[in-house]
Amino acid sequence: MRGARILSATLVALAALAPLAPAVAGEPAWLPKPARGKGEQCVADTAWMRRNHMTALSHQRDATVHEGVRTARFSLKGCIDCHAVAGVGGEPVSFASERHFCRTCHDYAAVRIDCFECHASRPPAATTGGADGPSAAALAHYLRSVER
Amino acid sequence: MSCAADGRCGSGCTHARTVDGARRALLQGAAAMLTTLAAGVMLYAFGAAPAAARRPEEKASAQQRWGLLIDAARCADGCTACVAACQVENGWRDSGRPTDAQWIRKLTVKNPSNGASFSLPMLCQHCADAPCVDVCPTGASFKRVDGIVLVDKHTCIGCRYCMMACPYKARSFIHEPVEDQKPHAPRGKGTVESCTLCVHRVDAGREPACVEACNDTAGGAMLIGDLNDPHSEIAKRVAAYRTTRVRADLGTEPGVYYRNI
Repeated sequence: MRGARILSATLVALAALAPLAPAVAGEPAWLPKPARGKGEQCVADTAWMRRNHMTALSHQRDATVHEGVRTARFSLKGCIDCHAVAGVGGEPVSFASERHFCRTCHDYAAVRIDCFECHASRPPAATTGGADGPSAAALAHYLRSVER
Repeated sequence: MSCAADGRCGSGCTHARTVDGARRALLQGAAAMLTTLAAGVMLYAFGAAPAAARRPEEKASAQQRWGLLIDAARCADGCTACVAACQVENGWRDSGRPTDAQWIRKLTVKNPSNGASFSLPMLCQHCADAPCVDVCPTGASFKRVDGIVLVDKHTCIGCRYCMMACPYKARSFIHEPVEDQKPHAPRGKGTVESCTLCVHRVDAGREPACVEACNDTAGGAMLIGDLNDPHSEIAKRVAAYRTTRVRADLGTEPGVYYRNI
């Protein structure tokens, strides 16, 4: 009963937020609306990417780490650079923010990813790199909170 | 001579090996001659590209064997240009905690009986028969076909067996969460890491950060190149001069050669 109440409250909240995001024709308003990347189009068809991005990334990672193949098309670095979402002050948000491109859908689909325990989750601009300061603590806190 | 290359170099070390007097005198004479010869040709005129850059879609080739040649005579005591460059390039740092990662470090080796000492950088030796690769239970620790020893952090379970196996203490475990890593050097809590020979740079035909920094701002003690290519600068020098590989007696066939140690 309590669960149903929370669910209905969430739905009401989502409905309230819905007008903020431009609805795509034919898609229900409650679907996640990931931010648009830079440029005209993604490296592959959007529908294909939604279904297969994980396979492409996984294949690319093995080719890069073990064989030194460094093509740009399916590199995670390319995704991160293109799909950076500006946060407060214009700096790109990290995976600790729910506005992060990957989290927009992964939160909705409840699929936990651990890419960003090792990989940078935002472009390197204006960051020192390798820091383990407060932002790293925030990311670690988030990653812990979604552990199984 | 006492050798503290990795802090625990014992009687098995090549430095401690006894040679009969006559042979030693002969070798010393030969070494002196080589040094004299070397004085005129020690130009270290080495361009910024260790080899032509591969195309991005091209795989690393087993025809190559990347190696380093480090001249301890040109490595100033107290100079840490290579360490600083590695930290900036790969996003690790020394914050004073005992658990900090360490991809490269400077060592000073001293003979306590006469005070003679020299300095050298110690890093992953990119062994041909790497003990870290042998012991890894998941296959995460591996040697690329061109001789660069790496950790595939996607498969690393953080057991640290490789750290125990490495005779050079070259590997580190990441104890703390990390964020804003360098895009070309992913690193995260719970995995082991070590010098990658700046594999992202080598793949692009560039020198590792340590080599570049040493050549640009320090003594120019480091040289990278393809040991398999007889025309490469490093192969010529390794063939011409007396070089040492640290703990060569262990048979790990390191890819890092030292001079004047």
